[in-house]
Order: sequence, then C-alpha cells, then structure tokens
Amino acid sequence: MPIEPFRNPTLAIEASGLVKAFGEVRAVDGVDLAVPAGGVYGFLGPNGAGKTTAIRTLATLLRPDGGEARVFGHDIVREPDAVRSRVSLTGQFASVDEELTGAENLVLLGRLLGFSRGQARERAGELLDAFGLAEAGDRLVKTYSGGMQRRLDIAASIIATPELIFLDEPTTGLDPRSRNQVWEIVRALVAQGTTVLLTTQYLDEADRLADRIAVIDHGRIIAEGTSRELKASVGSGAVHVRLNDPEQRPEAQRLLTQALGVPVHLESDPVAVSARVGDAAETVAHALAELARAGVAVTDFSLGQPSLDEVFLALTGHPADDTSTADSVDDNDEEDAA
Amino acid sequence: MTTTTIEPTMDAVPEATLRSALSSRARPVRASALSASLSFGWRAALKIKHVPMQLFDVTMFPIMFVLLYTYLFGGALAGSPSEYLQDLLPGVLVMTVAWITMYTGQALNTDISKGIFDRFRSLPIWRPAVLVGMLLADAARYTMASVVIVTVGVALGFRPDGGPVGVVLAVALLLVFAFSLSWVWTAVGLLAPTPEAVLQMAMTILFPLTFASNVFVDPKTMPGWVQAFVNVNPISHLATAARGLMHGNAVAGDIAWVLAWCAALVAVFAPITMRLYAKER
Repeated sequence: MPIEPFRNPTLAIEASGLVKAFGEVRAVDGVDLAVPAGGVYGFLGPNGAGKTTAIRTLATLLRPDGGEARVFGHDIVREPDAVRSRVSLTGQFASVDEELTGAENLVLLGRLLGFSRGQARERAGELLDAFGLAEAGDRLVKTYSGGMQRRLDIAASIIATPELIFLDEPTTGLDPRSRNQVWEIVRALVAQGTTVLLTTQYLDEADRLADRIAVIDHGRIIAEGTSRELKASVGSGAVHVRLNDPEQRPEAQRLLTQALGVPVHLESDPVAVSARVGDAAETVAHALAELARAGVAVTDFSLGQPSLDEVFLALTGHPADDTSTADSVDDNDEEDAA
Repeated sequence: MTTTTIEPTMDAVPEATLRSALSSRARPVRASALSASLSFGWRAALKIKHVPMQLFDVTMFPIMFVLLYTYLFGGALAGSPSEYLQDLLPGVLVMTVAWITMYTGQALNTDISKGIFDRFRSLPIWRPAVLVGMLLADAARYTMASVVIVTVGVALGFRPDGGPVGVVLAVALLLVFAFSLSWVWTAVGLLAPTPEAVLQMAMTILFPLTFASNVFVDPKTMPGWVQAFVNVNPISHLATAARGLMHGNAVAGDIAWVLAWCAALVAVFAPITMRLYAKER
C-alpha cells in the first residue's frame, strides 16, 4: 500500500514506514496510512497491538524512530505545534483533572487554548449542556461515573473544535448505555466535519462506527479497507448461530461440525458460534434442524458475510481476543517502557 | 463515605444542543506564555480551594516547629526561650520553606501518572507554562507559610530589629531561594517512578541540608568536617542572611552567597527539568 502523492489535501493523516520502538519492542513497526478527511477511521486490534502507540505518535506525544507522517499536511516531527493546534487526543485513561469540577476542567482548558475568561466559561456551559453534564458541572470529577468522565473527556477535547480527534478506546469499560452515548457523540462530531480516528478492540464497534478500518497486529497494519471489503477479502460466506444457553455451546459445535462438514468456530460472544460455508443453504437448514432435534435452543441465526471476528482470525491466524502471544506487549506496558 | 451517582440522561438532551455545541467556531489565538502560566497557577489554587487540608504543611507544621524548638531547646541553648527565638525564628522560616518546596515535585509526578499530563502536552501552549504556573502557586504557599511563622514568632516575643522592611526583604530572599530549589524537585518529579519516591528522594536530600546547618545551633561546637559542610551549605547562608536582614545587620557576603547558589541551582536544574519534560514517556 504505497502512498505516492504526499501532501494530499484530502487526507487527514498520511504516514509511510512509521516506526516507534521501546527498547527491543517495535510497538509500531512500519505503518503506512492514508486516512481520508471526514468520517471515522478505526484502528482495530487486540491489546498490545500498538494502537495506542500509533496514535500517541501521530498526536506528537511520541517521537517516531523511523518513517514519516503528516497530519493535514504538517509533519509531526518538524511542525508539532501546527499539528497540535489541529488535533486533540482523548487518551485511554481519563485525561481530565479529577480534583477539579467538570466546569473548572473545561474553563481551564479553554483558557489554555486562548479563550478569554468569559468565552471559556460560556463554552464550558455549552459543552456541559450538550453532553448531559449541566447538573454535574459543579461537582468534582472524581465523583463522576465512568460514562460521565468519558463524556467530559471528549467535551474537553472539542473545546476548540479540532479538525481531527483521536479517541483511544473511547468505550472500553463503559456500560452499554454510556457506550451508545459515546457513539452518538462520535456521529455528531463527524456530521460537523471533524475527522475521528478511534482505536477499539471491539469488532462490532469498528463495524458500526468506522468508515474504514485498519486491522493492526504486532505493530503492523495487516489489512485495511471498509468493513465490507475486509469481510469480502476473507472469501466465502458464513453461518452465524446464537444459542439461548451458553452451556449448550460445545454440544452445538459438535452437531454443526458434523452436519456442515467444516470447522465450527466459537466466537468471543459466549452464545455464538460460526462457520464458513459454501453456498449451501440446504446444508445449513439441515444443520439447524439437527440442533432443534437435539434440544439446543437457537435464538438467532444468519447466513451471510463473515464477522470481523472471523476476518481477524483469517488474517492473523489467532482470534482477536487472544493476548497470550509471547511477544505481545500490553498497551499499558508500552507506556511504562517509555 | 458513599457517593450516589445519579447519571443525567443524555436522551433528554435535544440533538440540536449537541450539534450546536459542536459546530465549528473560530479557534482562539494561541494563549500567551503569561496567560497559560497563570491558568496553571489558577488550577493549583482551585485544588487548594477544594481540599484546604493541603495547607496543613504551610500552617500547622511551622507553628509546631517554632513552639517545640523554642520551648524545648531555647533554655538549654541560649539561656532563655525568648533569646533563642530571636535567632531561631529566621532559621525555622528558612527550614520550613525549604521543606515544603519538595511538594512541587510530588504534584508534578502525580500529574504525570494521570492522563491529564498528556492532554497538557498535546496543547499548543508555551511548554514551560505547566511548571511556571506550579511554581507561581507555590510562591503563594511559601508566602503564606512565612506570614504564619512570623506572626507566631512575634506573638511569642520575636522582635526583629530590622523592622517590617527587614522581614519583607528576608522573605523575598527566601522566595527567590525556594523558587530556585524547586527546580531540583521538578527534575526529581519527572524522574521518579511514583509521587512517594519523589518525597523519599527529597527527604534524603533535605534532612542533611536543613539539619547540618546553622539553623538550630552555632556550628562552633561541631567537629571540623561537619563545620566544613555547614559553612558551604546554602541553608546556612540563607539562615544567616535572613537573620541579618530581619535584625538589621545583614552582611552583603551572605546575601551574595545565597544568590550565587540560586543562580547555580537554576542554571543546572532548569535545563535538566526542561529536557526531561520534553522527553516522551
């Protein structure tokens, strides 16, 4: 994936051969990127894949050890201030001050960005309203729930509307409702013309939010494209079955393997199994009948494109949630090593 | 204490509000170095407002020091507590402020261990502003400690012959020294793995520095090798200079010594701090 024309005005980020090493570990190991302006771009990969290091490098917090990258045409090493005034970063861990109130955090950052005292207060009020934090604005941030902190964090990142916002695992650890709120915010940001680059380990999140996805493993981009393209690259269709009772999954796996004559894969969702099949709707119907006969209750099934789980498995040879590979470094360790 | 968190629903917020808050408006011009530094100073002040207990070290400790030393040792060392106090008070003032400079390093290290530091570093601002703002707020704390100590001293019978002007000059010199010494702790704060480690390292330096000095007793009775250390110790020079200024018999040599130490500390530790600060982590 060579990127020939540098300084392409329609690209938010372009990188070639980007490397960031911590001692022996090449956390980012030769990354080429062409992130179009507008829309959501997803970095998808397991813990320790190098996602955090990649966006910290692009946000000028880390100095690359090799290759080059431009953000809206500005070199991340030679013009860090030009980059910093166009992007903002919401880290994996809340990057707001827990010992101040929500409103004080926003006013402080507004002042640091150059707003007058009055403007900063007004902007803080607007954002607290917009993010459903108006009533909590005068409480210390340490009393906030995880979802509220996350929203404040994102609000803090858009005080001065950035052209590009990096969201590092914005929904990790959030309950489903808070996660939906963050998704809403991301969609609203994109609707206003901001480019969003988010990292996630959740395949369905990348699938739902991102226009384009880069699958990252061991510091390298192993696949890039739209969700549809990635799925198509894996090839044949797939059958997905969701069970009522996770206890019955081994039984279902055995029956389906027999009936379909192909390996059946256990998905990260404990009630889901899937298998890659040819175009044989009849075989699938027969297999489902086998399940029913054995008393395995099926809540849902579909026959169609492979899931991103399967894409990941097909691309890397290991499932997305497999963090046991010997040379993988946890994202937190990367920071410690620095 | 349990805190019940009632999460306001986002669903109630009309989408239009969200949209309008996000709508792009002109970016402000970059904040000046002074304005950014003052904003960080304001941040430190807000923290004190929310947790006033933080001021314990600049109020209660100095009071205890003055009371304990005056009444425990005063009679034995100088004949009477009130006579001892005339010499002790400027010394305790110096010692207290020297000790509380270490919290600068602790606060910096605490910031680094949280995500907030990344946000500050990714802002387009004058980079030293974070540190300068911290030091500004600390200067206010040192002033507060000085006021407390001098007030308690006067109540106990401290009578500075140099009058209020002498006292103010002594405190001003002390603030210059504290500012210079703080750069040591900012460097330590950037190097140390945890806030606790910062305090341990700082204490290891501050104990010998403050006690192996002329703050409590005249060094004449000390063995020669200790005297040698005491005589180059900046705390000794600062204590002597502060006594001189407060009692109206300052010697220019001592003040010059203190200022030379200040210049040396800043010249060495400010660049180290800025280099460590710019370094990625």
